Amino acid sequence: MVGKDAIGRKFGPYVGTVDANRLRFFAKATGETRPEYLDSAAARAAGWRDIPAPPTYPFCLQMLDVADPLDWPKKLGIDIGRVLHGEQAFTYHGDLCAGDVLDFEVEVVDVYDKNSGALSFVVSTLSGRDPAGRLAVEGRQTMVVRNA
Amino acid sequence: MTQTLLKPDLNQTWTVGDVVADQTHPPISRYTLALYAGASGDHNDVHVDIDAAKAAGLPDVIGHGMLTMAYLARAVTTAVPQRRLRRWGVRFAAPTRIGEVLRCSAAVAELVEIDGLPAARLDLKTINRAGEIKLFGEAIVLLADPA
Repeated sequence: MVGKDAIGRKFGPYVGTVDANRLRFFAKATGETRPEYLDSAAARAAGWRDIPAPPTYPFCLQMLDVADPLDWPKKLGIDIGRVLHGEQAFTYHGDLCAGDVLDFEVEVVDVYDKNSGALSFVVSTLSGRDPAGRLAVEGRQTMVVRNA
Repeated sequence: MTQTLLKPDLNQTWTVGDVVADQTHPPISRYTLALYAGASGDHNDVHVDIDAAKAAGLPDVIGHGMLTMAYLARAVTTAVPQRRLRRWGVRFAAPTRIGEVLRCSAAVAELVEIDGLPAARLDLKTINRAGEIKLFGEAIVLLADPA
């Protein structure tokens, strides 16, 4: 079980670099074939600074460049094999493209149990800021831990 | 991927109820999940290692929820250019199994205004061939490029 004392805990910063080759790998993994998601020149022709990070990619960026991608759940004592993704949301404040670097911070904002403690729900926010400190993207995740 | 794009260029011509994206993906394979584990940085072994999945009480590996969400993102960014997507959220209703064929769709739920700009609220869902809902949620998209 995850205790209520986790609420308010912050983790990071996790530095994530948007890399063109990694974006091409992500495109392959997700079956994306549109040229602006693969090629810098095509992206620029479509009005982007460079290849855009797809909408869910900020979730990846918080994990890709860190020593342990599962760092903060482990620090909360969560057995990652017993975790399910419950909910995920994103809010965007600007373009995110190859070459960009973001600092991510995770904050646990709620913890609650269901089914007499069989399931723990851990709600966290993700904030990605550019080097000037401007908020570029926000995420909100509900993680479900199967305790029983 | 087969793709049906019903209204590619909106020009604010959407009406409530329009299905604005409908995409069906190839069956989920172990190879797909291995690629996604590497490409996404999500190294949770229950997605790629059947022994780890069984040790965690699962009958087999399950798909990454975020892979399913990435598929759904493609439906949204096919309906509108990505920079018009302001915010969106989903609930993961059921795990994805090996061999499942996922179909992602977006439909106009409401026409709204965001910061004085015309926008739409889209209902999003991903289902399998049996019609079981895997993922559902909504997105707020602008009907014109932001300044």
